Amino acid sequence: MATTEYAYNSKVEGEVIVTRADAVVNWVRSHSVWPMPMGLACCAIELMAAGGSRFDISRFGMEVMRFSPRQADCMIVAGTVTYKMAEVVRRIYDQMAEPKWVVAMGACASSGGMYRSYATLQGVDRIVPVDIYISGCPPRPEALLDGMMLLQEKIRTEGGSLRRTFRGRTVETKIVG
Amino acid sequence: MDTAALSADLAARFPGLTTRASKDMPAFDVPAASLAQVVQYLRDTHGFDLLTDLCGLDRGPAILPRFSVIIHLIGSTHHAYVRLAAACPNDAAPSVPSVSALHPGANWHEREVFDMFGIRFDGHPDLRRILMWDSYPHHPLRKEFPLAGVEVDLPAADVAAVTGRRVEAAPMMGGPFVSPGGTMAKAEPIARDESWSEENPKA
Repeated sequence: MATTEYAYNSKVEGEVIVTRADAVVNWVRSHSVWPMPMGLACCAIELMAAGGSRFDISRFGMEVMRFSPRQADCMIVAGTVTYKMAEVVRRIYDQMAEPKWVVAMGACASSGGMYRSYATLQGVDRIVPVDIYISGCPPRPEALLDGMMLLQEKIRTEGGSLRRTFRGRTVETKIVG
Repeated sequence: MDTAALSADLAARFPGLTTRASKDMPAFDVPAASLAQVVQYLRDTHGFDLLTDLCGLDRGPAILPRFSVIIHLIGSTHHAYVRLAAACPNDAAPSVPSVSALHPGANWHEREVFDMFGIRFDGHPDLRRILMWDSYPHHPLRKEFPLAGVEVDLPAADVAAVTGRRVEAAPMMGGPFVSPGGTMAKAEPIARDESWSEENPKA
């Protein structure tokens, strides 16, 4: 294991694993990312390829694509976001339950890409907080997998994973027992 | 399709209709008031039963009449094309008659022309914007509209309130892009002006 947060040696510890609650929660979260495919342009085709058997996103524990924002925790913005669509993207982001992450896949979602025009949002980070940017036009499926694994790294190193803001208030989850 | 006979027939039937310079197909300048009648006559009498294109034309504020609507028709039996151009008589509030009652396919074309040029189509059943959002205050394909766009409010007021963002002008990244020459590795087109590489605070 690269990280020693949940290292376990049966000879030393027997049937007991000692760790931190943050590490356990982050470990669980990072290995069950449920992405919401926000497919808006050609990047979505590569996103589908990443889900297929050849590239197989499920090797890394994030294959459960859900088309309902209530059942997803990672929005993959794959494609060109127009100003008309930006409203929808933001609304769907708002409907996702905490904790949630956003991946800007490709040049258009990251910066508007080649669309320097009156109709195109110049980067989805203008309206939602982006965790991972993936370069490419469109990125290859390997690049998406790399970006998603970076996101897993980021989730794993998050502090205060039991603390979330909910409607402006900070809510602390208590572990009992 | 006998072009000369078609021209003579149309010119005799519709006063003000003239032949338009064209390199490919018969083309006519049609008075805006009789556009729908000409389209109907071509459809019912000459077999031009399919509308393949309807687009707007803006020649800039210096050339009058400024706005035109161009219609391309094809006959599905004789496979001949014809082009009609109708100049809008009023440059401040351009309008032409709608042909969407004759060719239902013109409906969305006319909405797009209205959206992009602000040309109104009299008699259109549902003349709303089709590409830009309803509250957008400009017509982007008009000559005076800058390519980069202009700063206006986001379509959704609540999203604008949460994010503090507006529709922003996006200049063409310092283009035109030039190739410095040399080997392939160095000849990739780049912009002389690098002012586009902005640093914006993240929302």
